[in-house]
Amino acid sequence: MLKDEDRIFKNLYNDLGADLNSSKKRGDWTNTKDLCEKGRDWIIDEIKKSELRGRGGAGFPTGLKWSFAPKEVGSRPHYLVINADESEPGTCKDRDILRFEPHKLLEGCLIAAYAVNSHKCYIYLRGEYYNEGIELQKAIDEAYKDNLIGKNASGTGWDLDIYIHYGAGAYICGEETALLESIEGNKGQPRLKPPFPALVGLYGCPTIVNNVETVSVVPTILRKGSKWFASLGKPKNTGTKIFCISGNVNKPCNVEEEMGVPLKDLIETHAGGVVGGWENLQAVIPGGSSMPLLNKEISEKITMDFDSLVENKSGLGTAGIVVINKDQDIIKCFARIARFYKHESCGQCTPCREGSGWMWRILERMAKGEASREEVEMLFDVTKQIEGHTICAFGEGSAWPVQGLLRNFKKEIIKRNNFDPLIKSNKDIPYLVDQHLLEKDNAQNKS
Amino acid sequence: MSLKKISKDQPEKFEFNQQNLEAAKKILLNYPKGKEKSAVMALLYIAQRQNNNWIPLSAIKYIAKYLNMPYIKVYEVATFYSMYNLSPVGNFHVQICTTTPCMIRGAYKIVDVCKKKISEKENVLSENGNCSWTEVECLGACINAPMMQINNDYYEDLDIRQSEKIIDEVLLGKKPKPGSYRGRINSEPENNRKTLLDLKNA
Repeated sequence: MLKDEDRIFKNLYNDLGADLNSSKKRGDWTNTKDLCEKGRDWIIDEIKKSELRGRGGAGFPTGLKWSFAPKEVGSRPHYLVINADESEPGTCKDRDILRFEPHKLLEGCLIAAYAVNSHKCYIYLRGEYYNEGIELQKAIDEAYKDNLIGKNASGTGWDLDIYIHYGAGAYICGEETALLESIEGNKGQPRLKPPFPALVGLYGCPTIVNNVETVSVVPTILRKGSKWFASLGKPKNTGTKIFCISGNVNKPCNVEEEMGVPLKDLIETHAGGVVGGWENLQAVIPGGSSMPLLNKEISEKITMDFDSLVENKSGLGTAGIVVINKDQDIIKCFARIARFYKHESCGQCTPCREGSGWMWRILERMAKGEASREEVEMLFDVTKQIEGHTICAFGEGSAWPVQGLLRNFKKEIIKRNNFDPLIKSNKDIPYLVDQHLLEKDNAQNKS
Repeated sequence: MSLKKISKDQPEKFEFNQQNLEAAKKILLNYPKGKEKSAVMALLYIAQRQNNNWIPLSAIKYIAKYLNMPYIKVYEVATFYSMYNLSPVGNFHVQICTTTPCMIRGAYKIVDVCKKKISEKENVLSENGNCSWTEVECLGACINAPMMQINNDYYEDLDIRQSEKIIDEVLLGKKPKPGSYRGRINSEPENNRKTLLDLKNA
């Protein structure tokens, strides 16, 4: 287990208070000026060396992302945008950072903004987090009052303004280009990439988009050194991460742990074990609803880091762990996830808009045992037609969980839905009869 | 994309009141010159708050004029995002998260409570007209499941009895105490947590 002094978010459970004074006691804002004076290249280099990977789901190396921003500010200003549109089912880590460690985020904003030459930072907060927004605004006001941000922020000679922009309940706005569209005052529909936001982003200007957790850990990394951060976890999967353990566990909780911690440890030690004991475990979604599930055998020995989860055909995503025990109907659970994606599809690309609805309807019928044997294959085919055929990663996000279900629970689905298509037994229902198939059938009968 | 019903009863006129006009002006300053369009989401929120928690078409027109945007662009935004109500909801707008992490901890039992106490159908006002409920997608409090949001506040770690109590209070027009209903502190593991121990009594 990670030692307490190595934990970055000491106030994760709000024992110490989230205000500026208590945050300063924890070490926030202590030597921000010195850190910035070491220069942009040093900051980016340290982050690169620490091998910090983005905590928002894709796991892109943060230092590398920052180095994509143009070195000199040209005619267009640079922007820093913080993605606080946390809406992945199973994930609620950013909420606690916004409520209880807002100053870590703000200090991270200043350092990141300095590193990428930006004077303006927008925090895109999901609309439902109204109270968290108030807490964050309070922290921003405190920081302005103390000259930590604003003109000559923290004495660095750098001006930085931080604004909150509220979203309004659209999951897709967590996708970085959709988020930028949303800030610009449009509906949140993702843009084609390239051009990437680092060159053409908000208002057509170079923009760096980072997750809340990514930015919040930056000051601590710089303070304690990249070596310290890189010594935690596994190579290429370094540092600590907040894991959210929800679902059928005895003590659902948020906990900060080392990357590469065994999943079983997380569930047994921190979350008090699966309801009904480990034997009662059916499946685990390891990284928010977009990631394919893990069955019990894999969950037994898997470690929670980007690479080992990819090896097991899943992903760390946002590290929102949803534990599903045997009391649950697994098909129903995934039908509900499919409904989520159907509801949240932005409607821009046809495969996703239509396919997410198909998947939901087929899964709903499968849960009730009303689907035919052939539809199991058909469902897999639908997921394959969505995956990779959309502008953003939402297509994969909606298709992967269904693929994971089919990979691991195909037997169960077939057991429940084991009959021939309706058309073969009952040809007299006009609206159910596929005319095309009927003709073929007739043709065969004639010959 | 969510399906949205636009109310048949529309007020003829909508204007920001003095206080909101100032708030709107302040929000415009957050964005660069010439990019005032960015404020559309915030202004829709202001309109929604001013107009009893829903946005009439006249407000959409007003905001379009205010920001110098085509009407359809504002309409598009108002219909795209699920948090803008385009028909009246109760003073107390109850939103129950029923996405999988909440579902497996019994969110549909809370839906049943709402059906029994508020109204049989979603988005229909209760008999006394001050409350309505709706099923929503993940509200981002999965470790405190099942949960619901009433107006701006989260009510977490619910069970049937507790949610009945909350809804009863809401129907009487009182605001129940937000937060966890199992007496736990924020998102920490209940009884004997294993981390950050020396801070617990600090």
